Amino acid sequence: MDRLFGFEGLGELLALGFVQNALIACAVLGVVAGALAPLIVSRGMAFAVHGTAELAFTGGAAALLIGVGVGLGAVAGAVVAGLVFGILGLRQRERDSVIGVVLAFGLGLGVLMLSLYSGRASNRFGLLTGSIVSVDSADLIVLAVVAVLVIAVLAVLYRPLLFASTDPDVAVARGVPVRALSLVFAVLVGLVTALAVPIVGAILVLSVMIAPGAAAARVTASPLVATVIAVAFAEIALVGGAILSLAPGLPVSGYVAALAFLLYVGCRVFARLRGRAAVA
Amino acid sequence: MVVTLERVPTVAPAVAMRGASVRFGERTLWDDLDLDVARGEFLAVLGPNGSGKTTLIRVLLGLLPLSRGEVRIGGAAPRRGSPTIGYVPQQKALDPDLPLRGRDLVGLGLDGHRLGVGLRGRRERRARVDAALASVGGTAYAHSPVGRLSGGEQQRLRVAQALVGDPDVLLCDEPLLSLDLAHQRTVTDLIDARRRDHDTAVLFVTHEINPVLPLVDRVLYLVDGRFRIGPPSEVMTSAVLSELYGTEVDVLRVRDRLVVVGADGRNGVHH
Repeated sequence: MDRLFGFEGLGELLALGFVQNALIACAVLGVVAGALAPLIVSRGMAFAVHGTAELAFTGGAAALLIGVGVGLGAVAGAVVAGLVFGILGLRQRERDSVIGVVLAFGLGLGVLMLSLYSGRASNRFGLLTGSIVSVDSADLIVLAVVAVLVIAVLAVLYRPLLFASTDPDVAVARGVPVRALSLVFAVLVGLVTALAVPIVGAILVLSVMIAPGAAAARVTASPLVATVIAVAFAEIALVGGAILSLAPGLPVSGYVAALAFLLYVGCRVFARLRGRAAVA
Repeated sequence: MVVTLERVPTVAPAVAMRGASVRFGERTLWDDLDLDVARGEFLAVLGPNGSGKTTLIRVLLGLLPLSRGEVRIGGAAPRRGSPTIGYVPQQKALDPDLPLRGRDLVGLGLDGHRLGVGLRGRRERRARVDAALASVGGTAYAHSPVGRLSGGEQQRLRVAQALVGDPDVLLCDEPLLSLDLAHQRTVTDLIDARRRDHDTAVLFVTHEINPVLPLVDRVLYLVDGRFRIGPPSEVMTSAVLSELYGTEVDVLRVRDRLVVVGADGRNGVHH
C-alpha cells in the first residue's frame, strides 16, 4: 500500500518542468477526450476506439523503428484506423468484425516492429502503458494545436453530429450527411486517441475516451450536461491520476484507469440509488 | 372598357408529381406517376414490400432524384433538410442509456441539421420545443431518456419532432408499426389534428389501412410498378386490387374494417 500511495516530495516533483508539462498535457487531453466521450458512447464506438488505439500503437512502433517521431506515427496510425473503420464498417455488426480483424493485424505488426527496434526499452513499453515523462514542450504544442482543431470542428459540427449519433434515421431524412459525418468523427477520435496513447498507453485509452462518457450517461440524459460531466471526469482521472503516480513513481496509466473506473462505478451506484428513491 | 381578369386563387398543391418515374438499373419501381396532394389532404400510400412506398418518401425528402418526370413540394423542387417537410419514422428500439432526452429529440427535428452548437435563439427554440411537446401531450416525459420511454411515448415524441418545424407536408413512414391499438389511435389522432388545424398535407405510408381508414381522403396503391389513386371506396375494391396484383384478390368489409384476402402469399398481398 505504501508503494502505491505516497506524497513524499510531491511539492518538489510538481516544481519540475517535465512534470508540469505532463500535467498540462493531461489537462488538455481531458478536455478533448471528455468532449468526445458522450458522442462516442451514443454511437456505440467503444470497440472502434480500442481498435483505433491499437493502430496508434502500430503507427508509433513503426515510427520508432524508422526513426521518426513516435507521436507522428501514432497520429498517422490512429487516423488511418479511424478512416478504415469508418469506410468499411458502417453497419454495427459488420463494423465489429472489421475492427477485430484490423486490430489483431495491427497489434501483431506493432509487436513485430517493436521486437526489431533496438533502442531504449522504455520507449517500447511506453507506447503500451503510457508514460508522462515522455511529454516534452514540442509534444505540448502538437497537443494544443490538435486540441484546438478538434474543439473547433466540434463547435461547427456539434448539432449535426449529435443528430447523426443519436438519431441517424431521421437525421438522414432531414438531409444530414450522416456518412460523411461518421468519417469526420472517426478522424476526430483518431486524433484524440493518438494524443492519449503516449500518456495513458494504447491498451488503456478506453479509460479516458469511454469511461467518462459512459459514467456521465448513467447520471444524465442531457447531452450538454453529459458533456460537462464527462470533461470533469476525464480531468479528474487524468490530472488526478498523474499527480497520484508522481511520488510512487509508478505508471500513470494504472492510476488514471483506476480513477476512471471508480467514477464509473460511483455513477452506476448513484443512478441505482436515485432510481430506487424515485420509485419509493 | 377595362377588362379585369378575375384572379383565381391558385394555391399550389402541397405535393405535385408529373410523369414521375424511379428506376434502379433494369427495375422500374413506378412509372409515369401523376399525383397532386392538396393542403390538408390525407393520402394513404399502400402496397406490398418493395413496391416503392419508402422510395416515394425518399424522393419527397430530396434524398433520391427521379429517373424521369417532375416533383414539386409547395411549388419548389424537393431539397434536403427542407423546413416545409416533417418526417415521422417507424418506431425503433433505442438504447436505454442513450444520452438524449425527449426534448432533445424534438429539438433536433427543429435545427439538428444546422451547423454550430445552437447558442443563438435559445429562448425561441425552447418555446417552440415546449409547444411541440405540449401539442402531443409529451410534456411529462420531456426530460426522460428517450431510450427508456415506451414505444407509444417515443412515437408521440416523433410526431412532435416532425411538427416542431411547422411543416406544410407530413411524411409518415409506417409510424404505427409495432404499436398496440391504443397507441396507434393516439398517433393517428395527433396527425389528424395537425392536418385539420394547420391544413398540413399528410402522406402516410402503411401496410395496414384500417387504423387510418376513417381519416383517409385518397389512397395511392402501388404494386409492382402499377398504381391506382383515388378515394378508398374506389381503390379498395376486389376489382381494382385484383387488376393491380394481377391475381384474384377479395376485399371484404367487416363492420368498419377492410380485409384484403389475396389468392396466395406469393403476390405479397399484405393485409
